[in-house]
Amino acid sequence: MNITTIIFILLSVMALGSAIMMITSKSPVHSVLWLIIVFFAISGHYILLNAQFLAIVNIIVYAGAIMVLFLFVVMLMNLNAETEPIKNYRLQLVGVVSGCSLLLIIIMALNRLDVENVVEMKVGDGGLIKVLGMTLFKNYVLPFEISSVLFLSAMIGAVVIGKKDMIADKK
Amino acid sequence: MLLTVDLALLLEKLILVIVVVFTSLGIAMYTTFAERKVAAILQDRRGPNRAGPFGLLQPLADGMKLFFKEEIIPNFSSKFLFILGPALAMLTACMTSAVIPWGDKVELFGRTISLQIADVNIGVLYVFGVVSLGVYGIMIGAWASNNKFSLMGGLRAASQIISYELAMGISLIALLMITGTLSLKEMVVQQQHGYWNIVLQPLGFLIFLVCAFAECNRTPFDLPEAENELIGGYHTEYSSMKLGFYLFSEYINMFVSSVVMATLFFGGYDVPWFDESTLAPNIAAIIGVTALMIKVVAFIFLFMWVRWTIPRFRYDQLMHLGWRILIPLALFNMLATGGVILYFNK
Amino acid sequence: MQALTNKAKQVSRKPMNFMEKMYLPAIFKGMMITFSHIFKKKPTINYPEKQRPFSPVFRGLQILNRDEEGRENCTACGLCAVACPAEAITMEGAERLPGEEHLYKEEKYAAKYEINMLRCIFCGLCEEACPKDAIYLSETFTPADYQRKQFIYSKNDLLIPHPKENPEEYQKALGNRPQKATSN
Repeated sequence: MNITTIIFILLSVMALGSAIMMITSKSPVHSVLWLIIVFFAISGHYILLNAQFLAIVNIIVYAGAIMVLFLFVVMLMNLNAETEPIKNYRLQLVGVVSGCSLLLIIIMALNRLDVENVVEMKVGDGGLIKVLGMTLFKNYVLPFEISSVLFLSAMIGAVVIGKKDMIADKK
Repeated sequence: MLLTVDLALLLEKLILVIVVVFTSLGIAMYTTFAERKVAAILQDRRGPNRAGPFGLLQPLADGMKLFFKEEIIPNFSSKFLFILGPALAMLTACMTSAVIPWGDKVELFGRTISLQIADVNIGVLYVFGVVSLGVYGIMIGAWASNNKFSLMGGLRAASQIISYELAMGISLIALLMITGTLSLKEMVVQQQHGYWNIVLQPLGFLIFLVCAFAECNRTPFDLPEAENELIGGYHTEYSSMKLGFYLFSEYINMFVSSVVMATLFFGGYDVPWFDESTLAPNIAAIIGVTALMIKVVAFIFLFMWVRWTIPRFRYDQLMHLGWRILIPLALFNMLATGGVILYFNK
Repeated sequence: MQALTNKAKQVSRKPMNFMEKMYLPAIFKGMMITFSHIFKKKPTINYPEKQRPFSPVFRGLQILNRDEEGRENCTACGLCAVACPAEAITMEGAERLPGEEHLYKEEKYAAKYEINMLRCIFCGLCEEACPKDAIYLSETFTPADYQRKQFIYSKNDLLIPHPKENPEEYQKALGNRPQKATSN
């Protein structure tokens, strides 16, 4: 038991526990907050894996931006138990079946995993910013640029949707 | 195996953390006093001068007052989140100071101690990460108040902070292209040997400054808590020391952003036209810390000076400035910087 | 329309040029203005330590006067109560008994004399109405209090200190009164 293993276990418990809480908690706002804690735990894992850049970007983008927008929507919609639609029996069945099959796939994937070396902490520099930058802009320039075009189109799409009324008014 | 960490290093860092946190708390405390005093002087008044000599005990009196006030927690609010809100605001405000290089290094008891809590190689991004988390303190508190005015104030605050974070980030990218590092320590070392970054990035600094004002919720951008048009924004329902935490975290934020600006653009602990390496390291460290503090105080004064000069923006003007002026300007700055770097590297 | 005076100034509605649109010069100008205020003289006075002198015609708290030997001037004639527009003054007269000559100047005196300071408007008409120079308005404020009934000032609150028994306090209460009397 060295200190990294202990931290790993702590972070894993934190991640799994808050993930379960996120699913089970009644209030959507609480769910969002639990999800933020999950992101923090995962960022902790990244740091243990010596991937500081990924860790901090995970926090900035997911915890700092995306979840804030989620929180925005949830708070403004004022969702609570009364407004939740009652799901019918068939829908619930479908949910259970699909969830179970996902679980099955995860278990099978875990089976194939090499469990001898459980955690290899603080090795490798793939997640450091210099190495990551070199990899992204040398080996994977094309996929990187294509994904940026994807983002751009999504942005333009958002603007078009936002301006729809205005365009219609002008016509 | 468990105790493989260097105990002395741990102790050294612990002391440094305590010193840094308490210094920033103390400075923030006296910033509240300075705010009132500067406001008074700029308005031809005298300001607080009753508690202690020259009113120097005023922050203590204010703190005592907040502690002894009645604690009100709204009936239908989520109590845990209601308490978590100000705590988070305070925590995120204090966390940023971890990556700031306060000085070079001192030699004590035969050890060389670096005056920086953690020299992480992603220092700037860390600052950004913590700043982006600062929104949660406001939003959680606003939502947990169970009051629509609080919620609207919180949403205003959050959207303002998110909007200005973008321009801030883009303005920094241009700076990062010049420095080629994300570590704040290395940036300071570079500025010691070359020019201060303000010379290379005046436009970037201007954008960063405006965004820092917006991030700290300071006037011209203090809409989230515009006292005289909203009832009080996101902390409408707060009372006693929890309100104090919100107000206090604003001052810590102001201090921290002053430090960040001094470090990024004004050479951190560097003294201009002066080579510190000729001096003994301890004396150089003292001079360095003093130089940094002078820069920080100048920035804090600038914050207050602007507060008592420029009137508040309207909300649509705020969004217009953020999205349609600062972001394109920052993008232009980034492109221009890239072009210049490319031209000189050829 | 023809302007009646040349005072009206036409507001310029010209679109701003580039420099004005940047706002930065304007902001800088404003900052310089506020900065210049640092060096301006502050008009505030540190109140309890330093007090602004009252004007000689200031009308403050009423005082019931005594003569040089310490006898009360008031004869309870009621002219002040009649003159009072706020009806703040009430009094009850009594006859001076033998042996009280050192207390009261004339043979009738005010056994009870009350001024309700919440009603008083400090107009000074009581002072003008008084034929005996028994009441005048001093150069002090009525102090604040927590209870309404404390504002009904009785004779004890209003009387000037005795000039023989308590000469220092008497001089203090008198204040600028002699000068005021001579200047009129």
